[in-house]
Amino acid sequence: MASETTTPTVLASARPARPALRYAGLLWAIGIALLLPLFTAESYRLFQLTLAAIYAIAILGLNLVTGYNGQISLGHGAFYAVGAYVAAIMMDKFGLPYWSTLPSAAVVCGLVGYGIGFPALRLGGLYLALTTFSLAVAVPQILKYKGIEEWTGGVQGVLVFKPDAPFGLPLSNDQYLYLLTVAIALGVFLLARNLMASRIGRAIMAIRDHGLAAEAMGMDAARLKTSTFAVSAGITGLAGALSAIAVEFVSPDSFQVALSITLFVGMVVGGVASIIGPAFGGLFVVFVPNLAEEVSKAAPGVIYGIILIAFLFVLPGGVAGLLRRLAARLHR
Amino acid sequence: MLNRRTLLAAGAAAIAGPLAAPRIGHAADLTGVTADEIKIGSIFPYSGPASAYGVIGRLQQAFFKGINDAGGFQGRKLNFLTYDDGYSPPKAVEQARRLVEQDKVSFLFNTLGTPSNTAIQRYMNQRKVPHLFLATGADKWADPEHFPWTIGYQPSYRTEAQIFAKFMLEADRNAKLGILYQNDDFGKDYVNGVKDILGPRFDAMVKPVSYEVTDATIDSQVVQLQSLGCDAMLTAATPKFAAQTIRKVFDIGWRPKLHFITDVSISVGAVMNPAGPEKGVGVITAAYLKEPTDPAWANDPGLNEWRGWMRQHMPDADQTDGNYVYSYGVAKCMMQVLTQCNGDFSRENIMKQATSLSGVAIPSLINGITVSTSASNYHPIRQMQLAKWDGHTWERFGGLIEGAG
Repeated sequence: MASETTTPTVLASARPARPALRYAGLLWAIGIALLLPLFTAESYRLFQLTLAAIYAIAILGLNLVTGYNGQISLGHGAFYAVGAYVAAIMMDKFGLPYWSTLPSAAVVCGLVGYGIGFPALRLGGLYLALTTFSLAVAVPQILKYKGIEEWTGGVQGVLVFKPDAPFGLPLSNDQYLYLLTVAIALGVFLLARNLMASRIGRAIMAIRDHGLAAEAMGMDAARLKTSTFAVSAGITGLAGALSAIAVEFVSPDSFQVALSITLFVGMVVGGVASIIGPAFGGLFVVFVPNLAEEVSKAAPGVIYGIILIAFLFVLPGGVAGLLRRLAARLHR
Repeated sequence: MLNRRTLLAAGAAAIAGPLAAPRIGHAADLTGVTADEIKIGSIFPYSGPASAYGVIGRLQQAFFKGINDAGGFQGRKLNFLTYDDGYSPPKAVEQARRLVEQDKVSFLFNTLGTPSNTAIQRYMNQRKVPHLFLATGADKWADPEHFPWTIGYQPSYRTEAQIFAKFMLEADRNAKLGILYQNDDFGKDYVNGVKDILGPRFDAMVKPVSYEVTDATIDSQVVQLQSLGCDAMLTAATPKFAAQTIRKVFDIGWRPKLHFITDVSISVGAVMNPAGPEKGVGVITAAYLKEPTDPAWANDPGLNEWRGWMRQHMPDADQTDGNYVYSYGVAKCMMQVLTQCNGDFSRENIMKQATSLSGVAIPSLINGITVSTSASNYHPIRQMQLAKWDGHTWERFGGLIEGAG
């Protein structure tokens, strides 16, 4: 990367020594919180939590490009759909094992994202938002296209099977899938955290904050922007592949335009340009619509809207912003 | 004595307990049924692209509430739990699992939409939970061999095509039929239905031509069918394309002796008027429901029953919306199944009674059409009546015709 040579090295060494003990305690707490549902939740709740983890990964992907790099994407549902279809087609038409579909979906979506990233260079802000949005509108119809119907199953979609737990582990499908999804999510979140804490990460943010200045300092904005788009699409595609396996079905109707908006809402609620935020975004988009429906059967959309506005009003920086403020208070 | 080994064993058992596979239901699975209630699960697109169908669910909410307010059904409350899936299959899976695993309903009733039902069909059958009277016209729900717990309701597209083919053979044994169909499940059901009736004669008698939903027009397909010498026509197209077809057939001066059109595309506002009402004169469709605006049913006892119910329970609803007629009828059908259960509301018996309906009359169906099912017949409604466009309205004619399935 061109940026490596130019990023000031002072910043990296200025970090204080880690309070290792407190981190270890925090990690244990997170680990237990994640494992607890495995033994306490019914399988329906586990399924919902699995979906939430999948959405969290997808939202994390979106957050990289929109939150950290400042390229607004309203079309990440398209990458999610492509990832889901890659997984479904590999499993259904080629009989490949589910685990092999996950890296494949990430790579395919990464390549698609790279392709989209190029024209995106010429478009800024709202224009990029609209362009990606049109992608989200187009994908469900492209999936119905006759020429690829043999693969995609047209409007019919593709049915796939949930994997059983390997090595004879005494886990149900739902429990295994939850464990797998959470493990993958942890891995992806960790990688994203490290990426953003690195010199490349700082360059990505520098381009968002002041593109011209960043370029003047020698950062290769075009290359970083397209690469970020590719990584972002790849992560969201990975989430799509997981969703195909969890839901056991993909069809064009599964990936309506609203999906892209859902991911965007999750990102904002969780916290823009935050690593941990998307985890809360995932929980929000899975559980709050159900909550809204329970409050009012007649107008769940209104309730959802009110909750959303309340959220933005009370937590302007998203859930991650609240956590940041709390942490700052503790440190004082 | 409590040593480490017994502690470990106890710990292992405690962990393995909840992990063990869900127990397969016994002979009588009474989930969702107690001494004073029966839980019924339902999923509708109250929001999203198909939310116009949400009124079907709203009527059913009022329907079961009406029964409960009047003292319930055989001493039990009918607890109707209905959730929104926004016409999204992943959401339908989530809602179906919520109903089955968390709410522990006895069965699912009238879930709407082909994609959503496709997504949950296998789950319902694995769990052996009745998946009754789906609100979709696809033919694939009648598959008792692979999916014994799933059954449809309305005549399938395939049944309708069989009825068209039967009528065509009666009118002209040597007709040459052109089929213009949308290249998807919906369109192909019509081709299959005609094939069911014509059998080996299909290739000689029929010229099928398809179009894509993404096509701009179907002009070339219509011209092609005319040039192939077809003298009858079956249009299995969604409203926009159906309107184009009717107009094009007329404009090129082609006058096929018979022109059938799917009952998906018979709306006066969305098809006949845009096509030009005078251009569609003579086009034939098939119907099984009483159309609430048809003056012929103005004094029909069945439809009057519905009107009375609507006035009492949904006074603000639009009585010209046929979805309410449909919904009331399928709810009545459900009540017939529960009545037939005769107090035994196990899932097995509910499924057994849903597939043992014989000649049940429903007020919303055209007089004479009845609901019949059996262990091998998962097509509850198989009869329809033809109707012809006279330039102003659809006029029913002839007797009831029964499909082959």
